[in-house]
Amino acid sequence: MPTMLSRKMGDNHFIITAELAPPRGSDMSGFMQMAAFVAPHVDAINVTDNQGANMRMSPLAAAALLVREGIEPIMQLTCRDRNRLALQSDLLGAAAMGIHNILALTGDHITCGDHRQGRAVFDLDSVVLIQTIQGLNDGVDINGKALDGRTTFFTGAAAAPEVEPFVVTRPKLAKKAVAGARFFQTQAVFDPERLRMFCAAVEPLGVKVIAGILVLKSAKMAEYINRNIPGLKIPPAIVERLANSAAPAAEGLRIATELAVACRDICQGVHLMAMGRDEVVPEIAAVLT
Amino acid sequence: MIVSTQKPLDQILPALEGGNRVFIIGCAKCATVCKAGGEEEVFRMQEELTAAGKEVTGTIIIDETCHMLRTGRDLRSRKEQVDEADFLLVLSCGAGIQSVAEASDKKVVAGSDSKFLGNIRRFGQFEQRCSLCGDCRLNETGGICPVTVCPKGMLNGPCGGMEDGNCEVDSSNRCAWVTIYERLEGQGRVENLRRATPSRDFSHKRHPHNLSLKKE
Repeated sequence: MPTMLSRKMGDNHFIITAELAPPRGSDMSGFMQMAAFVAPHVDAINVTDNQGANMRMSPLAAAALLVREGIEPIMQLTCRDRNRLALQSDLLGAAAMGIHNILALTGDHITCGDHRQGRAVFDLDSVVLIQTIQGLNDGVDINGKALDGRTTFFTGAAAAPEVEPFVVTRPKLAKKAVAGARFFQTQAVFDPERLRMFCAAVEPLGVKVIAGILVLKSAKMAEYINRNIPGLKIPPAIVERLANSAAPAAEGLRIATELAVACRDICQGVHLMAMGRDEVVPEIAAVLT
Repeated sequence: MIVSTQKPLDQILPALEGGNRVFIIGCAKCATVCKAGGEEEVFRMQEELTAAGKEVTGTIIIDETCHMLRTGRDLRSRKEQVDEADFLLVLSCGAGIQSVAEASDKKVVAGSDSKFLGNIRRFGQFEQRCSLCGDCRLNETGGICPVTVCPKGMLNGPCGGMEDGNCEVDSSNRCAWVTIYERLEGQGRVENLRRATPSRDFSHKRHPHNLSLKKE
């Protein structure tokens, strides 16, 4: 059965997604409250998987709880913490719990997070994970053994439109598309022109592009991200705009909204990364719809 | 070669508690080159242990400690000094330490940590290029190993953490996939990167490994 998200993408509906991190602990009240607040304004909510290699509740559990509340999740799944058995068994569990959108990721290295002494797995990478999910949809496991009940996952992958050198990442994006990725949720974009070039470059792949929009709060936060978050580089012009503003939080929201509006003419949706300020999601969504 | 580094003395001394006499064993091959257990280091260890109140019954540099029969023979040649000792302190890689453990019933103390299979850049500079994965992919990657050079062992291209061509784990390192791309591009072989590479067969890494060359 196709997910609502896949149906909307198929109908060329402009997609809005947000993301929530499961708690570091067993108390789900804050997570569920925020999800209920954000859900009416978005098409789906990404549930992150130990993001930045920082330990949180399993995205499988958190996404299943969203399904129970009638909220459509996109479960993020990384290769850092699970080998091929664990990945497949979590995927089958997700399917059974009604989770059918997956964002298949390699995952930040374990040394980026709060469990640096742990063993990083990386048994598969994102390309092979997407192939594996396609296999489960076709009714076979990674070794070709028949499943008792196939899955119906709608699979997405990550992309970084502003990364340099982009040309090096291009073959991998093509492999992700061939493997079965139907949409890219991108790393944060800051320059609509770069996004336009990216969309032109991946257009032949037939994959929908959902552009990542980061809602910044201050110049300090931007600098922190530049120092600590792999693959994220906020350009100096944006940092300066925040630094020169008397109300940087409002300026950050304005920057994000401008970018999101620009995306409407460039790609198929936006993925809002509110960085804890989830109350701004309805505001941006209202401007877009 | 196997790159090893000597453990700090404050980790070695507690392992020598309960006895006073120590026989020190170094290795003339890798541990000498990486200055973890050559003549110089064995001499310095002798001085340090003596200063710490230990009695060194003798020292030997074996050529090479991973050679099990030779290690046994060399230790027998110093039987008296070895017999006098409470501990055999070995400054070599883990393979050498275990050759000694197999050749003697004495308590063996590891004085080094084995780090990696290293290429030698120049004297005193070692770089890991091969992880002994047992399933070599260098034919497809322009002679640059992503299993080793990429901290995630990515086989299908760079991860999302690559920034300005550098690695997310250590930004002073070039991303393995950037160097692979540049190499293949220079050789007109970028099409190598179009096909998805299957995941590694980790059964090659099942240990312990053994290899016996059959006589024809």
